[in-house]
Amino acid sequence: MAQDFEPRANTVARLILAGLVLMPLTFVGLGYALERSDYVTGQNETVEQPIPFSHAHHSGEIGIDCRYCHTSVEVSAKAGLPPTTTCMSCHSQLWTEAEMLAPVRESLSTGVRLKWEPVNELPDYVYFNHSVHVTNGIACTECHGSVGEMRLMRQAAPLTMDWCLDCHRDPVPYLQPPEMITYPYRTTSQMSEIDQAPLAEFYDIHPGGLTDCSTCHR
Amino acid sequence: MSVGRALVLLLALAACRDDMGEQNKDVAYDPSGVWSDGASTRPRVAGTVTRDAPLRVIALAEPPEVTPALLARGRERFEIFCAPCHGFDGTGDGRVVQRGFPRPPSYLSERLRAAPAAHFLSIIADGFGVMYPYGDRVEPADRWAIVAYIRALQLAGGDAPQPDPARAAVPVETPFPPADEAPE
Repeated sequence: MAQDFEPRANTVARLILAGLVLMPLTFVGLGYALERSDYVTGQNETVEQPIPFSHAHHSGEIGIDCRYCHTSVEVSAKAGLPPTTTCMSCHSQLWTEAEMLAPVRESLSTGVRLKWEPVNELPDYVYFNHSVHVTNGIACTECHGSVGEMRLMRQAAPLTMDWCLDCHRDPVPYLQPPEMITYPYRTTSQMSEIDQAPLAEFYDIHPGGLTDCSTCHR
Repeated sequence: MSVGRALVLLLALAACRDDMGEQNKDVAYDPSGVWSDGASTRPRVAGTVTRDAPLRVIALAEPPEVTPALLARGRERFEIFCAPCHGFDGTGDGRVVQRGFPRPPSYLSERLRAAPAAHFLSIIADGFGVMYPYGDRVEPADRWAIVAYIRALQLAGGDAPQPDPARAAVPVETPFPPADEAPE
């Protein structure tokens, strides 16, 4: 009677056994990598806007403070988007004929708000609050990147939960003094020049509760 | 349960749906289909009296006591909202003026040294000439703080302190260089 299995069946069986273990691991690994890829997190994505507003020009080159336009950042959960009159505070006199600014003038004359597209979006179950961050030593650039160098706004951080937790577990190394909170540039040497220990006392930072679920999820 | 089956179940995690990430609620700046302008953030109905309206009137009525804290607040607000045109020393050569905006009068002039605080308070709130109103950006208490700082600038006579690096990023020498690489 002929054999049911040829000798190579042993090899095939071993390969299948190995595959049973490796295949799921590979898929889990791929899924893990995909979840953290720019494609899914949106990191480094530049969003098209009704006007190609340059933060590099306004905050970097002219030195206009972030809060000139984002007026509620210190007192509210939302940093605030400027109304058209804020743009026109300068552009009623400067670049009044510029093609690029036509939507601003149209918005002023019609009263229809400019429709800026969100760049940094969090899921609805995250209750992020700008004011508590900027009044406790976290600079704008910590999350938004070196805005003073961005001709067009892009999402600088992955905005994943483990990225949030990197800081929430121990925010002290990320602290900056009050006068640097709205500094529009971010450099690698910048943080190392700051002595954060006195700042932790100044801002009265207690990292313990910052990883409670209810800190961010209500 | 075998290890293999557990691993296969793990796969299901990679396909979790994010229903809770897009909830049926409107938060600030969300688009909305309810109103004709498509925005969930609503403008105030004309004639609305805000809850803190009386407090704002009271805050404007009497000048606050001038303290170092008030001057520090005034300096911060001045450098955010006023210095772009009026300059960090109040002479009127701010960076927006250097780019062609009509030059405002210097705070150091005799006329503005003699002007009462009410003059500055009303211009901050309502604007003047080509200057837009700042009443929606500068709270009443902060208007007093700015006026106090303008008085300090007048006393300093053009000898103003270096602005904070955050508000004069490129032109001022700072302990932090603008960038590791030159901006594009």
